[in-house]
Amino acid sequence: MTDTTKPVPIEVHDLTVAYRHRPVLWDVDVKFPEGNLIAICGPNGAGKSTLIKAILGLVPLASGNVTIFGKPANGVRKLVAYVPQRESVDWDFPTTALDVVLMGRYGHLPLFGRPRKRDKEIARHCLDKVGMLEFANRQISQLSGGQQQRVFLARALAQQTRVYLMDEPFAGVDAATEKAIVTLLRELREQGCTVAVVHHDLQSVPEYFDSVMLLNLRMIAFGPVETTFTTENLNKTYGGRLNLLTEVGEKLRKQQWNARG
Amino acid sequence: MSNDLWIILIGSLASAACALVGCFLVLRKQAMMGDAISHSVLPGIVIAFLITQSRAPIPMLIGAGTLGILTAFATNALERHGRLQPDASIGVTFTWLFAVGVILISAFAGHVDLDAECVLYGEIASSPWDVWLIGDTDMGPRAVWILGAITIANLIFVTLGYKQLKLTSFDPEMAAALGINVTLWHYLLMGFVSFTTVGAFESVGAILVVAMLIVPPNTAYLLTDRLSRMLIYSVIIGILSAIGGYWLAWLIDGSIAGAIATVSGALFLFAALFSPTHGVIAGYIARRHALITPD
Repeated sequence: MTDTTKPVPIEVHDLTVAYRHRPVLWDVDVKFPEGNLIAICGPNGAGKSTLIKAILGLVPLASGNVTIFGKPANGVRKLVAYVPQRESVDWDFPTTALDVVLMGRYGHLPLFGRPRKRDKEIARHCLDKVGMLEFANRQISQLSGGQQQRVFLARALAQQTRVYLMDEPFAGVDAATEKAIVTLLRELREQGCTVAVVHHDLQSVPEYFDSVMLLNLRMIAFGPVETTFTTENLNKTYGGRLNLLTEVGEKLRKQQWNARG
Repeated sequence: MSNDLWIILIGSLASAACALVGCFLVLRKQAMMGDAISHSVLPGIVIAFLITQSRAPIPMLIGAGTLGILTAFATNALERHGRLQPDASIGVTFTWLFAVGVILISAFAGHVDLDAECVLYGEIASSPWDVWLIGDTDMGPRAVWILGAITIANLIFVTLGYKQLKLTSFDPEMAAALGINVTLWHYLLMGFVSFTTVGAFESVGAILVVAMLIVPPNTAYLLTDRLSRMLIYSVIIGILSAIGGYWLAWLIDGSIAGAIATVSGALFLFAALFSPTHGVIAGYIARRHALITPD
């Protein structure tokens, strides 16, 4: 399925990350193929966010390496756009929605350069894509949680890259935002972009994503949703800790049943 | 130029220089780093003084800059490796360094013109007489030259590094992911805070310099939703505090540095109450309004 001659957008090799000598990610090996929407799922503390941060070079690696389009990640990280968790920043910061999206352009500017007219046009276009153009000059604390999330997505879009890493973009957003994100993800896939999303809502995984990565300290499974998102793999990932699990399994069986019928 | 105007100019320059870097301390929730650095630069100043036996500005800036960065570094190290809370690590670091400075002054420098009183409260009232002489030419008060240079340096730093300072303050992870060296910008800011502190130190003292670093930026924060305006407003508010403070000190015949900080606190209170966007009263009216006309 994957073209072997073309460099893989993101390749993680033997990755181990530890906080204070306690491993939070253990020997993870994975390749994110091009043009794929990938869900990263696992219980709390499974290392999902850490994986994203490790790819971005935000946490020190105990071992292993990351390559981006076949090159060592250091120096080419600008090719990856990052959507952090919404709670990771102070939304009372004195700045506007448009300003935050413009931050996505900073990687394209020279050391002491300021955003130019063209950068502002791109930023406005990205705000428009997530349906937030009318809030361009709004101070960011005056936006709802979902709107803030969309501003973050627009900022990632403004980076104009081909790989996106998103940390729980669906967490605590309204239905309109969820829909906007899904539309955007599909659009990105059509353009051949690769998007990996830390995702909590197991029920929507088959609907929204092509591939799934199941993670719990180690990588349990990775592959197309149809073959990988199985009750067995989910059990391995979550242990018996998730009541939802039986429900999801039920849903999946039904889906397969419907597919057969 | 009369002494009154020199003092107001010195106070205004100190306020402006402090406000420019203070805005970023406030936004990074590191206001107490300003407090820490303003105290812990003391041993650096004393050591520079003991080595050179003069109050030449360059060695003092080097001494203070070194100690300022050391403070930021030690605070960070205690937090990471000593598993201390950030406020506790700041408290441990700066009190210790300040204490070392006090000991150095009392043991070696007490009999000369660097005394604890000046360090704590400053001597802005006598600063017009402390002139810079080139040969026999009177160049005006030393403090004006030092603080003027620091203000210009801070202005250049904040203008050139605006993008990086903004992004590393708002979203350090995104900044790091974009390849901006977050640690470098943190220490650069701490370095500029240290230089600023030393400059303002002689005039207003170690305690009130904290007021200059923190209060006008917080007042400006209440008055605007844009970082660029926050920087401009905080400088204006700092200058207004200096002018108002001098007038208040003249009126009650009291400490000038104390009066400047008092006026700056009063301006903050005024903004907290009456700011059209963030003020207590505006908030109260908005809530009342929302109660009457629910949407």
